[in-house]
Amino acid sequence: MSILINKDTKVICQGFTGKQGTFHSEQALAYGTKLVGGVTPERGGETHLGLPVFNTVQDAVKTTGATASVIYVPPFYAADAILEAVDAGIQLIVCITEGIPTLQMLRVKAAMAGTGALLIGPNCPGIITPDECKIGIMPAKIHLAGSIGIVSRSGTLTYESVHQTTLQGLGQSTCVGIGGDPVHGMNFVDVLSRFQADEQTKGIVMVGEIGGGEEEDAAEYIKAFVTKPVVAYIAGQTAPAGKRMGHAGAIVTGGKGTAAGKIAALRAAGIEVVNSPTDIGVAMKGCL
Amino acid sequence: MNIHEYQAKQLFQQYAIPIPEGSYADTPEHAKQVASELAGNGWVVKAQVHAGGRGKVGGVKLAKSLAEVAEFSHELLGKRLVTIQTDSLGLPINSLLIEKIYPIKRELYLSLILDRATERVMFIASNAGGMDIEAVAHETPEKIISVAVHPAAGLQGYSCRKVAYTLGLKGQQIKALEKIMHGMYKLFVDKDASQIEINPLIETDSGDLMALDAKINFDDNALALHPEILAMKDPSQEDDKENEAQRFGLNYITLEGNIGCMVNGAGLAMATMDLVKLKGGFPANFLDVGGGTNVEKVCEAFKLIISDSNVKAVLVNIFGGIVKCDVIAQGILAAIEQVHVTIPVVVRLEGTNVEEGRALLTNTGLNLYAAEDLSHAAEKVVELAKAVA
Repeated sequence: MSILINKDTKVICQGFTGKQGTFHSEQALAYGTKLVGGVTPERGGETHLGLPVFNTVQDAVKTTGATASVIYVPPFYAADAILEAVDAGIQLIVCITEGIPTLQMLRVKAAMAGTGALLIGPNCPGIITPDECKIGIMPAKIHLAGSIGIVSRSGTLTYESVHQTTLQGLGQSTCVGIGGDPVHGMNFVDVLSRFQADEQTKGIVMVGEIGGGEEEDAAEYIKAFVTKPVVAYIAGQTAPAGKRMGHAGAIVTGGKGTAAGKIAALRAAGIEVVNSPTDIGVAMKGCL
Repeated sequence: MNIHEYQAKQLFQQYAIPIPEGSYADTPEHAKQVASELAGNGWVVKAQVHAGGRGKVGGVKLAKSLAEVAEFSHELLGKRLVTIQTDSLGLPINSLLIEKIYPIKRELYLSLILDRATERVMFIASNAGGMDIEAVAHETPEKIISVAVHPAAGLQGYSCRKVAYTLGLKGQQIKALEKIMHGMYKLFVDKDASQIEINPLIETDSGDLMALDAKINFDDNALALHPEILAMKDPSQEDDKENEAQRFGLNYITLEGNIGCMVNGAGLAMATMDLVKLKGGFPANFLDVGGGTNVEKVCEAFKLIISDSNVKAVLVNIFGGIVKCDVIAQGILAAIEQVHVTIPVVVRLEGTNVEEGRALLTNTGLNLYAAEDLSHAAEKVVELAKAVA
């Protein structure tokens, strides 16, 4: 088992014929992802990468039966793309796009309330279940099918965690990059609860960073509901206050969202927090 | 992005939020002229810098005569102001705001923020105006009221009344506050702000409400939608290197250490800084070169890093995913040559074609170290920086 996606998940790509959409769709197909088509308005009826192109997500869903969509459209079109996927009944929407205005995401989230659709991202690497389904921009080669669930706000730190758990021979059940924006889809708790329920997942790596309060919420949730071992790392211990550290969401304001506060909350919940990002794999192995 | 108080007040005026009479000035003569055109016999001279805490360090002065307006303006202009919110160098004062003085009965606090936890735009208000609101929130949280706005419903009258009654406003003041809150909300949404703060919002002797100070931050992701806001940017208030980095699509933040860092990905860049510190060194910067790293970007990144004379050694940490390590290694070699980097550079590469990448960086005759893993790379760069220093 895995969470959210597996070898049978049918995926479409929004922004399919663009540069990013094309490149990463080729990679996904090479990995074995069941990519069944894509959407680019005004290009419906064409064939791209050997797959059908549709004008609307609704057409794509009707014809292909896709349940997941990955979005590679420019930032000012991404809110529209997410809501189009929701409207067409897509269950899992993965938005890779970086740079979406926060107020647009806030409206998207309000509009999604009650629809049951799940959103991963935006500004994220995506989600992968090794050897089964890759939806996103992560490098395929570093993954190994296995037992560790990885959830992270940062793309490259997801890759670090994957690489280290692969080197330790543990492998990954599913890896989810939830994204670096302040307003985003699934949060740590949404993913942690699924890892806890997943039989294949034996241990969990959680990578957080400065800004917001989701790591603190995760700490409380883990203490109450997660019985599997969790190793956490928090980036940004040396980050100055008031500065946006690359990710729009990675900013310490008004003394809130500090790495120290998050680490303290996680440790108080009995979670192993490593000081060095190079210790994630070893610490995870030590917990099993 | 931040703007100056005088610019924020211009926006307030467009959105019918009452502000003191006054105007911008950039010379003592100009300041004197502005003051003489305002009625009254007292003026406030306010240094325009992108930082709070100006009053406590002499950045806000009360003048009792036109001569004093000119005198204070002369004192402030061209100086750098160091406040609790700036670094030790402070920020340059290139402009002033000259305003009429109003008799103050009470100081209130009113702001509009984007609350991540509730995913709502939220008003924060308090009777404890003029003070550091974070301190108020910490010490006397009962003095603060917050009201969230649903994006579909928009700002409703009851939300405004709730704030008004909590602030102890009466009669016409309630309507006045409602107008101010609607103006703030519309401004926030129209211009993609991330914060609007009025501290203090004053009640004058005659009972009028007025924004005595104004602070607005904007969402960087939305600036391309608002050229009129982008035009308000004042690069003199920002770090030169950070401005330069933006031109090349690099995320760069100056820090005070001596180890330059170049990393792909924001999370990994933060983690690399943390690791340098953990190994006993001090990072000189945060630098994310982004996903699609190429030779040009690596060159620009090296230029930025070594333009900081504090930097004694550089750590390059690239997790090559889609981009192959041998390609990155070639880029690093080209960059070191083109930019004439002479200080030691430690490179950690990981990912696709890592062996080929490391081989290219070994025995180059350059001051270059290809590290086996991230932990060793951090140790090595700290050691090299100490040896030079």
